[in-house]
Amino acid sequence: MFDTTELVLNMGPQHPSTHGVLRVVLRLDGERVVGSEIVIGYLHRGIEKLCEHRDWAQIVLLTDRMDYVAAASNNLGYCETVEKLMSLEVPRRARYIRTILAELQRIASHCLWLGTHAMDMGAMTVFLYAFRERELVLDLFEEYCGARLTYNAMRIGGLPLDIPAGWGQKVQAFCTLFERKVEEYEELLTQNRIWLNRTRNIGVISGEDAMAIGLTGPPLRASAVSRDLRKAEPYAAYDEFEFDVPIGSTGDTYDRYLVRMEEFRQSIRIVRQALDGLPEGPILGRVPRLIKPPAGETYHAIESPKGELGFFIVSDGKSNAPYRFRVRPPSFCNLQALPRLIQGHLVSDVVALIGSLDIVVGEVDR
Amino acid sequence: MSESPPESGGNTPPSGARAEPIGAEVSRTAPGTGEVVRTIAPPAGPAEPPPPPGLALPPFIADLQSAHPDAVEHISWWVGDWSVVVRPSRLLEVAARLRHAPGAAFDLCSDVTATDWPPRTPRFDVIYCLCSTTLRHRVRVKVRIGDGESVPSVTAVWPAASWLEREVFDLFGIGFTGHPDLRRILMPDEWQGHPQRKDYPLEGPGEMLMENPMDWLRVRRAGEIE
Repeated sequence: MFDTTELVLNMGPQHPSTHGVLRVVLRLDGERVVGSEIVIGYLHRGIEKLCEHRDWAQIVLLTDRMDYVAAASNNLGYCETVEKLMSLEVPRRARYIRTILAELQRIASHCLWLGTHAMDMGAMTVFLYAFRERELVLDLFEEYCGARLTYNAMRIGGLPLDIPAGWGQKVQAFCTLFERKVEEYEELLTQNRIWLNRTRNIGVISGEDAMAIGLTGPPLRASAVSRDLRKAEPYAAYDEFEFDVPIGSTGDTYDRYLVRMEEFRQSIRIVRQALDGLPEGPILGRVPRLIKPPAGETYHAIESPKGELGFFIVSDGKSNAPYRFRVRPPSFCNLQALPRLIQGHLVSDVVALIGSLDIVVGEVDR
Repeated sequence: MSESPPESGGNTPPSGARAEPIGAEVSRTAPGTGEVVRTIAPPAGPAEPPPPPGLALPPFIADLQSAHPDAVEHISWWVGDWSVVVRPSRLLEVAARLRHAPGAAFDLCSDVTATDWPPRTPRFDVIYCLCSTTLRHRVRVKVRIGDGESVPSVTAVWPAASWLEREVFDLFGIGFTGHPDLRRILMPDEWQGHPQRKDYPLEGPGEMLMENPMDWLRVRRAGEIE
């Protein structure tokens, strides 16, 4: 009777749901996705190349600009890699404060994810709620280091600043408040019928497939793979704290949501333990004035809010800059799974799935 | 690869480009003029120290050595990381063994990247950072490859390598045979040159390339600019 033709639809690079400048070319049969291609690179600034021409200490500031909603995690990953290369000992107090900063950063990053993910699907209230709490985290960061987005908050061998007087109490008060707020978010969404319809069984991926395609972080854990680098390869002070790694069961969008909601609570738990057990002592280790790691190379990864954030750095032992600086960006590797996830779903689900992978284009393109 | 590699003499940086890392200079006297010229000291290649004598090889490397004795060229250990250099022609066998052997079980290909060591032949190292989520160990597999040569693609073993190999192709100009979709990924499709190579200037080739890539290539071939 009637013949149907396939329609090619460009989503982005300027589309509110693509969280930056991401272009998804969709091949549609009606409203169903039959093929897709991801086009990236619109935000490529050559950070890796630039880092190969900058001082070891200056690079901390450039790492802020990759995943700009989780700058402290980037700082931590880079500093730890250089410390590993130089076999530097970081004082225990510095490792504790780094852990607190990284977990507060996880809360801020997940708040941004929750707000935008929910707003993409029409839940405006959650956006306002989540950004209200993210502001509180940013206030804490501002009091600690003076910046609200790109912190430059760590140094090779430790930290530039000790925590200000009374900051610990403010973080404690935030944790108490935020615990209630997570309940509030869950009240809005977890049993919400529209939310369930939009997220359940959307973009299901099995644990085996998720690992093969290179998913890490919450999207991998939602597929029932218990892999968290904070447990598997403990860094900073994570081996001294008790926390659980939440995992999902089916690997759909709803599970990815639940995993991140539980991570809010686990982050609070870690922050509280770190504040209670915060040791006294120096915040900067014995670092040579001129940082020049011996010739060698290493790969070190941390669990950023998005997934495995790895740094592969080669030092030639002669120059003040790394010979090769490579970032393994979790957003880039997670985004690779998108064509597979959206296959066969509706256009409106594409929006849900981009949100559920939690990508930051600054990190995808570098 | 669609275009010829940048023709720069060995490891000298292109003129006008501030390509040298800070502080990596050495002075030498130019023949003829007697003028003191400051250039970069070329690194001879990566430092790949062999494991210290008392350190036992992890079982998956020992297994690899006994199963493919002629594939493994060098084993190195540095700050707790193991890395294995293998022959490019044997990469796929090694990859399959590391993926499936029960003592290795490297189920996650964390990263694929490359390093460029211009004066050395072969010029590039392609590096695969592998991780086992069940046995919780890591290893780096490296292959050495010359300019214009190709590495077999490991996408059949680890689909995750697909975009990562595209990135290496884009930024270094290293080909991957058997890759399902080898195109540029970060740079525009019509871009000339490969930005992560050491002889590519930090500031880029300048305005001419931005306006018309083909003009730039023609001028460059004619030797008018570096």
